[in-house]
Amino acid sequence: MSGITHIRSRTVVLPTRDIDTDQIIAARFLTTTSREGLGKNLFYDLRYDGDGNERPEFPLNKASAAGCDILVAGNNFGCGSSREHAPWALMDFGFRAVISSEIADIFRNNSLKNGLVPVVVDQDTHQWLLDNPGADVQIDVENTTLSLPDNRVVRFPMDAFARYCLVEGIDQLGYLRQHRDAIAEFEERRAWKP
Amino acid sequence: MSPTTLFDKVWSEHIVVPETADTPAVLYIDLHIIHEVTTPQAFSVLREHSLPVRRPDLTLPTMDHSTPTTPVSSFKDLAVVSEQAANQIRQMEVNCEEFGLDLIGFGNDQRGIVHVIGPELGATQPGKTIVCGDSHSSTHGAFGALAFGIGTTEVGHVLATQCLLQRKPSTLAINVDGTIPSGISAKDLILAVIGKIGVDGGTGHVIEYRGDAIRQLDMESRMTICNMSIEGGARAGMIAPDDTTVEYLHGRPRSPQGAAWDSAVARWQALRTDEGATFDKSVTLDASSLQPMVTFGTNPGMVVGINEPVPDGGDDASFRKALDYMRVASGKPMTENDVDVVFVGSCTNGRLSDIREAARVLTGQKVADGVRMLVVPGSQQVKKDAEAEGLDQIIIEAGAEWREAGCSMCIGMNGDTVPSGKLSVSTSNRNFEGRQGIGARTVLASPATAAASAVRGRVADPRTFS
Repeated sequence: MSGITHIRSRTVVLPTRDIDTDQIIAARFLTTTSREGLGKNLFYDLRYDGDGNERPEFPLNKASAAGCDILVAGNNFGCGSSREHAPWALMDFGFRAVISSEIADIFRNNSLKNGLVPVVVDQDTHQWLLDNPGADVQIDVENTTLSLPDNRVVRFPMDAFARYCLVEGIDQLGYLRQHRDAIAEFEERRAWKP
Repeated sequence: MSPTTLFDKVWSEHIVVPETADTPAVLYIDLHIIHEVTTPQAFSVLREHSLPVRRPDLTLPTMDHSTPTTPVSSFKDLAVVSEQAANQIRQMEVNCEEFGLDLIGFGNDQRGIVHVIGPELGATQPGKTIVCGDSHSSTHGAFGALAFGIGTTEVGHVLATQCLLQRKPSTLAINVDGTIPSGISAKDLILAVIGKIGVDGGTGHVIEYRGDAIRQLDMESRMTICNMSIEGGARAGMIAPDDTTVEYLHGRPRSPQGAAWDSAVARWQALRTDEGATFDKSVTLDASSLQPMVTFGTNPGMVVGINEPVPDGGDDASFRKALDYMRVASGKPMTENDVDVVFVGSCTNGRLSDIREAARVLTGQKVADGVRMLVVPGSQQVKKDAEAEGLDQIIIEAGAEWREAGCSMCIGMNGDTVPSGKLSVSTSNRNFEGRQGIGARTVLASPATAAASAVRGRVADPRTFS
């Protein structure tokens, strides 16, 4: 994974609340054994009608959505299933960050592991972003700030370790494996064994 | 020592490396349950790094999500679902073989849904940390374990190191006072809880379910409660172990035996929240006013009492969108809606007591004309036990289908789906758009409500059957 310091892009907006991971990538697409190629099935039942035709009203199908790297979504984005296929599909489609007023725990964790930047902002900023699709914004991962076109700079929360891993492109498995002596010692010293 | 919560006790016992401002804790995992859908890419990572599975003995692999619920004798039958699903199942067998894991595969009497077989085998125990690449891993918290769902990258972390990098979550106490009325189930209770806290009410928190109403529940009911913690946004839900827990685990294949049993029980009995311990948040409900609950919208928080009118969301666009999708009207009770499909099963309600409840309602009754009812046991053991009691005969005589174990129509990956536009009353856990099939409209309910709805042909109050 390569490091991510800044993302600058216009936004595409899905204002609906509680968009779950079944909406992001439906279960019927989970029989794959690969991480690749899920983008074509992203939001499939929202993007296409029953005959496989594009729904023109769906924001991702609009010409203005082309080239947008940042998704702004309604509150509690990514709730439901733990499927990591959700961030894989968003990234394969071309998204590099998701902004909402709340992002569900497992989806947020999975996103961080893959370099999809989860940005949680306050209600006012969120509402402004929902009301202004296509806004040209910049995410500064290093300083955990979001810059809006009117020069407002909004800070967003991010765990220090998660930020470090994103910026430096750190593989967390490598970091975890550095603790293998401590793990072996823990297995020895614990009072009871599973 | 200052008083601590049940969660604090289990968490602190598993810290390999403590967290700091800059780094998360390294948390040891005692049981890793794996299945075919969320693991293939994790095994690929192990291969890329030439890593073995660190603790095959703490890894419990089975197949449940994309497996057929019609009898399977060969891989030719699997291809009926889809070639890709068959390939995924085959890959699971290859991965387990290559990494030395003892797969509970086809033909094994112990096979079933991950969250049904863990407890059934006695592998799920109080005080353990338990993870699985499945969000309903919270089920195992019913035993006083700390159990939560993880993504595939983290599945790889656990396979390789038996550990996870974790920040300590906050705690949420859900106190349920009073006595659950007769005819009301754990499913009704947890739906009411989610209705109260909302689908994001537990985000960032581990729930502990407490109070008289919880203590009165049997283990299968407690599993139903903890199972749906994730539907309230909480990754984990826990219930302190007690005599009910100990009795359930006694004599199970993977429960401790002999002297180890006695010392385990002594350890388990200390796993409770101390008097005076504090939670970050707390919510209280009174169980005695509960009624059968059904969902009306497209998430589990959109729920009403069976005879109550569906609320009016005002000008809330997300709410209106959900009602439009469901073709449900505000101001009218859900009992006015005709039913096309009824599903009894899943990791929420696929255990023996759930099948018994459905069979009790179906006894001497017929599934209404035009309704398809599918009853899918949560494990092959549940199937065997139900058949020993003759429940399968009651179900079949009523006109419902009796299947092999699996996730089935909860997630619709295996070909068991609800047709587009059809209304399904389901004992599963998610009424998301398209969850049970493209365009499927799902009403979540208890096994009794589901069976009553199958007989009446519309969403029905099970208390009218006695």
